[in-house]
Amino acid sequence: MIIAENLTKYYGLKPAVQNVSFRIEKGEIVGFLGPNGAGKTTILRILTCFLQPTSGKILVDGLNGQTHSLEVRKKIGFLPETVPLYDELTVKQFLAFSGTVKGLSGNALNGEIDRVVSSCSLTEHRERRIRHLSKGLKQRVGLAQALINNPPIVILDEPTTGLDPAQIVEVRKLIKDLAGQRTVLLSTHILPEVSQICERVIILNQGRVVAEDTPRHLTGQLQKGLRTILLVDGPPTEVQAKLESLRGVTRIVASHPGGEILVESAADESLRPLIAKTIVESGWGLKEMRTSDLSLEEVFVQLVTEEGKD
Amino acid sequence: MRGIMAVFKKEITIAFSSPIFYAATFIFLVVSGYFFYTNAIIYTIRSFQAGQNPFLAERLNLSDFVVKPFFGDMAIVLLLMVPLLTMRSYAEEKKMGTIELLFTYPISDGAALAGKFAASVFTFLTMLAGTLLPLILLETFAHLDWGLIGSGYLGIVLLGASFIALGLFTSSLTENQIIAAVLSFGAFLLFWVIGWAKSFAGPTLGSILEHISIVVHLDSFVKGLIDSRDLVFYLVFIFFWLFVTLRFLNTRFWRG
Repeated sequence: MIIAENLTKYYGLKPAVQNVSFRIEKGEIVGFLGPNGAGKTTILRILTCFLQPTSGKILVDGLNGQTHSLEVRKKIGFLPETVPLYDELTVKQFLAFSGTVKGLSGNALNGEIDRVVSSCSLTEHRERRIRHLSKGLKQRVGLAQALINNPPIVILDEPTTGLDPAQIVEVRKLIKDLAGQRTVLLSTHILPEVSQICERVIILNQGRVVAEDTPRHLTGQLQKGLRTILLVDGPPTEVQAKLESLRGVTRIVASHPGGEILVESAADESLRPLIAKTIVESGWGLKEMRTSDLSLEEVFVQLVTEEGKD
Repeated sequence: MRGIMAVFKKEITIAFSSPIFYAATFIFLVVSGYFFYTNAIIYTIRSFQAGQNPFLAERLNLSDFVVKPFFGDMAIVLLLMVPLLTMRSYAEEKKMGTIELLFTYPISDGAALAGKFAASVFTFLTMLAGTLLPLILLETFAHLDWGLIGSGYLGIVLLGASFIALGLFTSSLTENQIIAAVLSFGAFLLFWVIGWAKSFAGPTLGSILEHISIVVHLDSFVKGLIDSRDLVFYLVFIFFWLFVTLRFLNTRFWRG
């Protein structure tokens, strides 16, 4: 379990993280989401004991990283944002180094190397020098070093940045496979990634937590009422006027792509049959009607811009 | 201990796979070999002269004319070469970002530093081993005083280890290898010549300056004397710079 309490970190006079608190239970997959410079990397660096907070603290299974650095580090497998690796070593040499430093030796070490090499699909590359590997392979080596010795907490800082689409899918699958046995924390600014992988999202902006919930709840919370998208065969202005006159409709956006009309209304299910009926009775053709949920992108933009206005 | 060994092994693998080590060793051996060769040639010429001059012949011996100057010459070449062995140590890790791995693995900064120091000393010893060759060759023609040679090598190893400790410190200051090398070279040179100020610095300060001069303490080793004061000086010098390095690495927490 990871608990952050009022975490604040200043770089000189510039605050990178301000009063951030959160709680992550064992076995959860949590995403840190935020634009560049939101403080994601700083929080992960404090968590991995690379930096110390200016004030506040992080407890990992009850241990404070400032006083029990080595114990905390033993529990964590970390893949930094830039995927730093020792270029001169071969994959096997590098993993042997990581494993030994993490306390493995002899057969246990060889067993762990075999395990992470095969789970990251690096078997045929294990004798190659890291310098000669492609970016995607390097990313997998980075992941392999984070997973060696089976740490209960895995922290990945933007694990899919710079990969091609096929590699992204592969890495995401790998991360999903980690779930269940381990706590996984990942930071990203790629929104679909979060909704695909994470059970819970912590949205950061300008060093503060702006929202924290499951991706579904977040979209639900910010979505005021129901959203219905219509494609109507009829004169647009008249259609719009007619729909606006209906009780319960709060807003209409006619400029939706493809001539679609977005109707926002109170959370009242009975309104939809009424809309359909109105259109049909007016003699227009109802070509399409579907519900639409606020996407995480929209939630994110909404949250981040709301924050900016303050 | 396992952590120290892991870092040691990693550093050695990287050092021996980099061309810097081979270039530095090559130049070190060529230049030291040249010094040895000229000393030997001068000795040969003096020996011919001594044929006509019994007074000179009495004072002529290999230890004074070849072996002792050889150690002094080697020290000068080390001044130039050791910065190349230590410059990448922390600077490269900072530049490549691997420092983030090293500092988040469950290994203390002290253990990582110990591993790095041991690895640099090991590469240095490998480099130094090549200088035994001319001495062994000379032994086939004449009898050398191996006690004296052993004491001289002990001095050189301590001097080299002192340079390495200081070089690791300058490497921890920057992420640029060239700057690390220039800083360590400048610092070595200062510690070398600082004793020269003795003549005008007044009695108290002058004697202090002379004692912190790094090369003064080599003299007794080269003469075949292992003086505890010199031994302690080098050990204190090494631990001091390793300690300062460790303290400096700790500043990352508040500097960010």
